[in-house]
Amino acid sequence: MDDAPLRLGELVLRSRLIVGTGKYPSFEVMREALAASGTEMVTVAVRRIPLGSSEPTLLDFIDRERIHILPNTAGCTTAAEAVRTAMLAREAGLSSLIKLEVIGDPKTLMPDVVATLEAARTLVAEGFTVLPYVTDDIVLARRLEEIGCAAVMPLAAPIGSGLGIRNPYNLVLIKEAVSVPVIVDAGVGTASDAAECMELGADGVLMNTAIACAREPVRMAHAMRLAVEAGRQAYLAGRIPKKLYATASSPIEGLLEPVLRPGS
Amino acid sequence: MGEQSDTIALVVNGEPYRIPRGTTAAELVARLAPRTPAFALERNGRLVRRQDLEQTALADGDRIEIVTFVGGG
Repeated sequence: MDDAPLRLGELVLRSRLIVGTGKYPSFEVMREALAASGTEMVTVAVRRIPLGSSEPTLLDFIDRERIHILPNTAGCTTAAEAVRTAMLAREAGLSSLIKLEVIGDPKTLMPDVVATLEAARTLVAEGFTVLPYVTDDIVLARRLEEIGCAAVMPLAAPIGSGLGIRNPYNLVLIKEAVSVPVIVDAGVGTASDAAECMELGADGVLMNTAIACAREPVRMAHAMRLAVEAGRQAYLAGRIPKKLYATASSPIEGLLEPVLRPGS
Repeated sequence: MGEQSDTIALVVNGEPYRIPRGTTAAELVARLAPRTPAFALERNGRLVRRQDLEQTALADGDRIEIVTFVGGG
């Protein structure tokens, strides 16, 4: 069914599923999973190169004709580190998008939103298309939009937790509050979680662990593709209101009359 | 001329590394990361722009970081 594409800055995506490239059993499985997911954008991390290695690298397994690269600032805990990482990522020459991630707590991996806002301001000024990973906070989402972020990416639950949407109410409020795309990033555990994100009005979903660490990553990638599409279509179609009592689906008119048997 | 004057000592990605004097940043990358389709290089904490790599002669004691993309979420 027809649908407007997802626009992130100047980038236009038909798939609303963004997939991470970490934690797969192998590069081969990752490549197959990316194909099954139908994704057009994958996240990658910036790390020191293994010196003198002639092993195949991640990028050898990503079909860059079809799939855009979204570098992240994962592992950064300060605004300065995140900006430095983003600058390196852009210089690597594949993208001026950045998934901005500044971690504030090592156990929950909750973002440091103050540092994220600070880094976002710098990166927007530097000309990046900034996609910040943040907590599901309506005020913060507005601030990030105001300073020029191309989307906001609230979490559904902690990174890698698979807990599903902890606060659907906040996601709906954020979607109402901003006009940039809202991409739910982190916390999806299975296909119904992804569908629910989309049914609530999210413009996209970003996930890694739910696919990469499933027993069958390729099959789960396919499931996520279907879930994101189904949830999106259900959102566009408009769900019925919830009601306490039943409403018959078959007409009352034209019902047969009860059979009257002689003697009864 | 001893060996010390023919080579210089760098720290590359945290590891000590010796290279011939006069080696450029571009030559270092070609030597250490020949197969990498995407990389970026910092010299002493400063990003070296791609167009400047060939003109950047490395100096004794330089701390070099070379990064690329790896799997991540």
